[in-house]
Amino acid sequence: MNESLLSQMPELVNLAWMGVLCWIGLGFAALFLQKSRGLLSLVFPLGTLVALAMAGLGLAGLLLPASAVVLPIGLPDLPMHLRLDALSGFFLLLLGGAAFGVTLYAWGYFKDLAAGPLALILLWYHLFLAGMSLVLLADDAYAFMVAWEVMALSSYFLVTTDHDQPAIRSAGFLYLLIAHVGAVALLLCYGVLQGGEVANAGAYTFAYMRHAEMTPFWASAAFLLALFGFGAKAGLVPMHVWLPEAHPAAPSPVSALMSGVMLKTAIYGLLRVTFDLLNVQLAWWGTLALTLGLVTALYGVIFAAVQSDMKRLLAWSSIENIGVLLAGFGLTLIFYTDGKGALAALTLTAMLYHALNHAFFKGLLFTGAGSVLHATGERNMDRLGGLMAAMPWTAWLTLMGALAIAGLPPLNGFVSEWLLLQAFLLTPGLSHSYLNMVIPVAAAAVALAAALAAYVMVKFFGVTFLGAARSPAVSHAHEAGWRERLGMLWLAAGCVLLGLFPVQVIDALAPVVRLLTGQTLVNGGNWLMLAPVDAERASYGPLVFFAVVLVTLLLVFLWVRKAYHGRVRRSDPWDCGYPEQDARMQDSAEGFGQPIRLIFSSFMRVERDTPDPFDRQPKYRGDSRDKLWVLLYQPIADLAAWLSEQAGRLQHGRIQWYLIYSFATLIFLLVFVTR
Amino acid sequence: MTTGILLQIAQTLAAILLAPLLMGWVNQCRAWLQGRSAPPITQPYRTLRKLFHKDAVIAHNASPLFRFAPYMVFACMALAAGLVPTIANDLPFSPAADAIALVGVFALARVFLALAAMDIGTSFGTLGARREMLVAFLAEPALLMVFFTASLISQSTELPTIVETLAHKEFVLYPSMAFAAVAFWMVSTAENARIPVDNPTTHLELTMIHEAMILEYSARHLALIEWAVALKLFTYSALGIALFLPWGIAPQGELNALPLAVLALVAKMAVGGAALSLLEAISAKVRLFRAPEFLGTAFLLGVLGMLIHFLLEV
Repeated sequence: MNESLLSQMPELVNLAWMGVLCWIGLGFAALFLQKSRGLLSLVFPLGTLVALAMAGLGLAGLLLPASAVVLPIGLPDLPMHLRLDALSGFFLLLLGGAAFGVTLYAWGYFKDLAAGPLALILLWYHLFLAGMSLVLLADDAYAFMVAWEVMALSSYFLVTTDHDQPAIRSAGFLYLLIAHVGAVALLLCYGVLQGGEVANAGAYTFAYMRHAEMTPFWASAAFLLALFGFGAKAGLVPMHVWLPEAHPAAPSPVSALMSGVMLKTAIYGLLRVTFDLLNVQLAWWGTLALTLGLVTALYGVIFAAVQSDMKRLLAWSSIENIGVLLAGFGLTLIFYTDGKGALAALTLTAMLYHALNHAFFKGLLFTGAGSVLHATGERNMDRLGGLMAAMPWTAWLTLMGALAIAGLPPLNGFVSEWLLLQAFLLTPGLSHSYLNMVIPVAAAAVALAAALAAYVMVKFFGVTFLGAARSPAVSHAHEAGWRERLGMLWLAAGCVLLGLFPVQVIDALAPVVRLLTGQTLVNGGNWLMLAPVDAERASYGPLVFFAVVLVTLLLVFLWVRKAYHGRVRRSDPWDCGYPEQDARMQDSAEGFGQPIRLIFSSFMRVERDTPDPFDRQPKYRGDSRDKLWVLLYQPIADLAAWLSEQAGRLQHGRIQWYLIYSFATLIFLLVFVTR
Repeated sequence: MTTGILLQIAQTLAAILLAPLLMGWVNQCRAWLQGRSAPPITQPYRTLRKLFHKDAVIAHNASPLFRFAPYMVFACMALAAGLVPTIANDLPFSPAADAIALVGVFALARVFLALAAMDIGTSFGTLGARREMLVAFLAEPALLMVFFTASLISQSTELPTIVETLAHKEFVLYPSMAFAAVAFWMVSTAENARIPVDNPTTHLELTMIHEAMILEYSARHLALIEWAVALKLFTYSALGIALFLPWGIAPQGELNALPLAVLALVAKMAVGGAALSLLEAISAKVRLFRAPEFLGTAFLLGVLGMLIHFLLEV
């Protein structure tokens, strides 16, 4: 009965590409609906439905066997192959889950926009979602690269929505440039993976690559190209420079999607290439990825701590989280190549869990920041403050996201961090003695990054929402609309539920982990207790934990009220009796980050203008810039400029010279051909 | 199971009720060492009672977060006190949170207190929050490193298993634990706002960290925070005892070992409190920007402890 019912159902992958078509259709429909404002405002709600359906399909793809389809479009010899397996399913679930909340939010966020710009945003927004989901579904290199480009270009147009500002145009250009350098590396990577078979277009399907034999040399070449290409997309140090420029430039819902979901497609690609398409894995890849990941995590969080622009701060924090994900990926590889399947399963679970968590809390934080930006027109935290009174919903929901990303129990960030630290503590099982010793030190780096993340989040939330207003822009701030609140509520609920029910989440992750490592994480506890190895070794029960905190809170509250009283008197703040206080005497964002800047000043290039004591109108300016920009990118840019200048000498606008060039080229080619 | 739960509740309540006594003892010892006449050992209780009776005075622009934070901080510390084995080991609540989660609980309390300090928008409040987070971002990983060293020895991050391994296996000296012990002492002075990182009795703007955060609190809110501070000191002492001097804690289900365990705990706490006040009396508070160096040393000692575990003990 059940079997026949299953066979009658359309294949999941067919439903999935229909979902993608729906998104594409919605995007183009918006272009033609510009006349009717009423119909245009229906596009976002329909998009949320598609997102929900995609999340459902992702979940189904995660739990059911893989399904594949060949579409009759594409190159003559290479039609488009699509496939939905557990790995694609998991990331599709992540995409749909985050996109549902963010699209709901976007529906409210863009509601006051004029029809023309709105239609354009709708087009690129839905193409962006379609591109990302097609990346996850693609089963041949051609389809993958097309989807990858759709994703990159649509997000480029979204980033440059406010293209009348020069800063945003240059941010968009930087993004486009690095995205394409990365895409070239990916193209080369697929070239290596298909084994140089020029005549056989079928070699570009993933099914062929899975069975291709590789020497360790070429496998390493493919891995390094993939690490470079996907790393450029994910914001791996030193390819991260576009990220803190492009994410703040985009409208906030788009930043939420870019940080929460788009960076994860790079992680997806890395997992797909390394564990699925390549037949050989080498241990040193893992060490490399682990090192790069830890450097990225620390670099990201240190720079997040010194930012004053709230969206830029969140973008740097995304770099940190990508670093943690990559460190998890590296550790998985190390365990996997050492034949420790169970430990690889644990680490991979932790990493996938963190990817899912990050989609939710970073989505929530970017949407929260977006509401603040919408209400005050300010991104600079030095001019914000005290928004909790005017925007209580946004404030409390953002607080959830901030606590979650700071890795505090019982929210979701803590679970993945806890699992990852457990994995680090299990390294003594490895057969390389030097790795045994070095990897717990890597755990120290992860712990340091997590502790700094708490610093960053106290700064972000405290300076933006607490205290007194630092500028008049804040005084007429208003609460976000109901759609925005609903979207944020969905993302916050995700943070809470993913935190409270880790056992169930890990069970759902099992098919992906089995697909990639051949083993799954067996929970040694019961449905309440998460015990990744066994209960004697380590366990964590967030639901019990949460219940006890809640009961203690209530008991203490009731006891204080019963035994004493609840009388409150309002007065001016005391502040050690200092009489003249104003809002400018609070810590600014710059001030709050100052200790970190002082401690880690060797990573930064700090520019400061300090006024002299007799200045009538003293002005202070401080700017902490990325040293890598000066050390790495500036020389490359200078070299490119020099080379083009040299090439420019060939151009002097005289037709005779150009004819001579053509003549010389012709002669050269003739000699070359006839030889 | 029922005895376990009762014992769990009894142990947590005992910790909550006895924590101010430890604070009183430390203050008394310190007064003696400084050649002052000491306040009675029950002085913290009197202060708490006085504070609970007063009317709370709150700034006009205080948000609900400000009033919620003291309860949250107190609940977190009570939870932490329930997690650390003080008298009996392997109580029913301990599987819900291991050593890493314990660090998380401390962090949760700290983040709420720092946010509450920023809520009024006074210069001292934000200053305190910033300094507290500065101290924390090095102290927290250092504490984790101490736990990691202990858990590499005992193959577990569960506090009961760690205590069981360190206390009841054959007597072995772990050199790595010596490093961890020094790191732990450095972290606990910082986390409990004691000299040399912070001074609990100062209200001088150049030096204060913890006190700057709670300047705006009064009455029952202040009482809860003060109590939570005492509870934190108690929990850290219990943690130090559990990690480095675990002998005497009653194993699971052995009820007749309890009286001895209580006696052992009281004796160890009394000696520990006296030692704390002695260390405070003979050391000077470091400048604020030396505090990261101090804690960086603690962090490195913790990491060294782990490395030494791999070099000598595996």
